[in-house]
Amino acid sequence: MITASEHASRIRGAPPIAGPGGLPRLLPGSFAGRPLGLAGHLARHGELPAAEGQDARACATGWLAEIERAGLTGRGGAAFPTARKLAAVAAAAGRPVVVVNGTEGEPASAKDKVLMATEPHLVIDGAVLAACITGATEVIIVAGPAVTGIVEEAIAERRALRRDPVPVRVVPAADRFVAGEASAVVNWLANGRPVPTPVPPRLAQHGLHGRPTLVQNAETLAHVALIVRHGAAWFRTAGTPAEPGSMLVTVIGAVRAPGVREVGIGTPVSTVLDAAGGPAQRLRALLIGGYFGTWVPWPEAADLPFSAAGLAPLRAVPAAGLVAALPAAACGLAETARVARYLADESAGQCGPCVFGLDAIATELGRVAAGRPASLALLRRWLSQVDGRGACRHPDGAVRFIRSGLELFGPELDLHARGWCSGTTDDPVLPVPRRLTR
Amino acid sequence: MTAERVLRVNPIACAGRGLCAEVAPELITLDDWGFPVIAKGPVPPGQAAEARAAVRICPLLALRLAARRTAG
Ligand SMILES: Cc1cc2nc3c(=O)[nH]c(=O)nc-3n(C[C@H](O)[C@H](O)[C@H](O)COP(=O)(O)O)c2cc1C
Ligand code: SF4
Ligand code: SF4
Repeated sequence: MITASEHASRIRGAPPIAGPGGLPRLLPGSFAGRPLGLAGHLARHGELPAAEGQDARACATGWLAEIERAGLTGRGGAAFPTARKLAAVAAAAGRPVVVVNGTEGEPASAKDKVLMATEPHLVIDGAVLAACITGATEVIIVAGPAVTGIVEEAIAERRALRRDPVPVRVVPAADRFVAGEASAVVNWLANGRPVPTPVPPRLAQHGLHGRPTLVQNAETLAHVALIVRHGAAWFRTAGTPAEPGSMLVTVIGAVRAPGVREVGIGTPVSTVLDAAGGPAQRLRALLIGGYFGTWVPWPEAADLPFSAAGLAPLRAVPAAGLVAALPAAACGLAETARVARYLADESAGQCGPCVFGLDAIATELGRVAAGRPASLALLRRWLSQVDGRGACRHPDGAVRFIRSGLELFGPELDLHARGWCSGTTDDPVLPVPRRLTR
Repeated sequence: MTAERVLRVNPIACAGRGLCAEVAPELITLDDWGFPVIAKGPVPPGQAAEARAAVRICPLLALRLAARRTAG
C-alpha cells in the first residue's frame, strides 16, 4: 500500500508520450526532472496576447467568448461548461475571487499534482486570466502539499517581474477525500475546515468571505491559458465536436508504465492504456473516472471512445480522468469493498445518511467480499436510501461506484458466498491512504 | 409561470429522530437510520399545511419550503 504523495512522486517520473494532434499540450513534451520556469514556459507557449489589453472589458468580451466557442468543460470531475461558470461569477455583485482547485483529494489521481509540478506557470496564467474575465481581485491556489513549494517558487518568479495584475498566493490543500469539493475548498480557506457547506448559497454569488467565488480545477485553468493564446479552433483540433480538447488522465494498476498522460477526448480506451505502456497482465476490468466512477469490463471497453458519449453504453464517464486497470488475478469485489470502506471513513461526518448509510453499506459489502453471511437485499436497499441524500455528492458518487462493482462482479457474489474467490492475489490495485486502511 | 413550493432538508443541520415525519407523514418518511426522506416533486396543494407544520416543528431549522419556478 502506498500513500497519496508516494503515489504522486512515483508516477511523476514517467515521461509523457507525444501523440497525434500535437499532444501533449499541457504537460511538457519531455520530462526535465524539474518544473518549467517562466522563461521555459514562455519559450514553449509564447506570451499571452495583448497583455496590455488585460482590462476587464477586453477579457470579459473577447476571451470569455473564445472559451465558450472552445467548448471547454471542467476537468475536476463534473464536466460543467467553464464559460458559464466564468460568466456567472463575472455577473455577481461584489469583488470576486478566483480559487484554483488543485486539491486532488482522490488518492489514485495525480494529474493536477503532476501538472502543477511540471507546468506551474500554465495554471497560474489561466487563473490570472480567469481573474481578468471575472473581475476578480485575488487568486488563491489550493495545491497538494507535495507541490506547494513548486507553485510558491513560480509565484515568486512572477512577482519579481510584476507579471500579474492581481495578487496570487498558494495554500496547501487539506489531505482528505472530500476536501476537493468546491464548498469544502472555500470552507478550508475561510475556516480551516475542509468539509462541504450547504447549498444555497451558491459559491458564484456568496463564496469565500461572502464574495463571488470561482472554484475551478487546476487543469481547466491550464486549458484556459492555451485557449486564450491559440484560440477555440486550435483547441478543437483535439477531442470530439461535442467534447472538444485534450484531457489529463492518470493510468494506474496493471499497465507497464503507469502515470499521467494527456489524450484527446474520444481516444479509444485501448489507446489510453497503450499511452501507459499497455496492459502488463491479462486484465479483468477497468475502473474509469475514479472512486466515484464505474467499473467496466475488459476487453469490451477497449474500442469505446474515452468520452462521455463514447462510454455511455457502459454508463461510465471520464470524470477527472482516472483509469485503473484491474488484473485478472485480482478480485474486483475485494477492491470495491476496500474502497467503499475508505469512502465511508472519508465522509465529512455531517449528514446522517452519508455518515450512517455509507458505514452500514461498507460493512455489509466487506462481509460480502469476505464470504461472511451478508444480505445483498439490505445492501441494495441502503444504496438507494443513501443516493442523493447528502449536502454534497459524496454519497452519490460512492453509491455509483459500489453499484457498478456489484453489477460487473455479480458472478463473483455466488462464489464468495460459498467461500471461494476467482482472484489469486491480495495485492491491492486501488490505492487507499495507509492511515485509513482497516 | 407558477411558483411551486418544494420541501428541502439541509442534511448538515438535520440530526434525525424525525419529529418532522410525525407531523407530515405523507411528505416525509424516515430512512433506516431515522433521517428524513422527502417525497419527490413539489408539495401538493392539499399538503401545504402539513409541509408548513414540518418546517415549524424542526428544532434545528433544517427544513425549508423553497420556491421552485416551473414554466406554465
Ligand atoms: C467529494 C468531492 C470531491 C471533489 N474533489 C475534487 C478535487 O479534488 N479537485 C477538483 O478539482 N474538483 C473536485 N470536486 C469537484 C468540485 O466540487 C468542483 O466541481 C470543481 O473543482 C470545479 O472545477 P471545474 O469546473 O474546473 O471542474 C469534488 C467533488 C466532490 C463531490
Ligand atoms: S454528504 Fe457526506 S461528505 Fe458530503 S457534506 Fe455530507 S457528510 Fe460530508
Ligand atoms: S425535525 Fe428537523 S432535525 Fe428532526 S429529522 Fe426532521 S429535519 Fe431532521
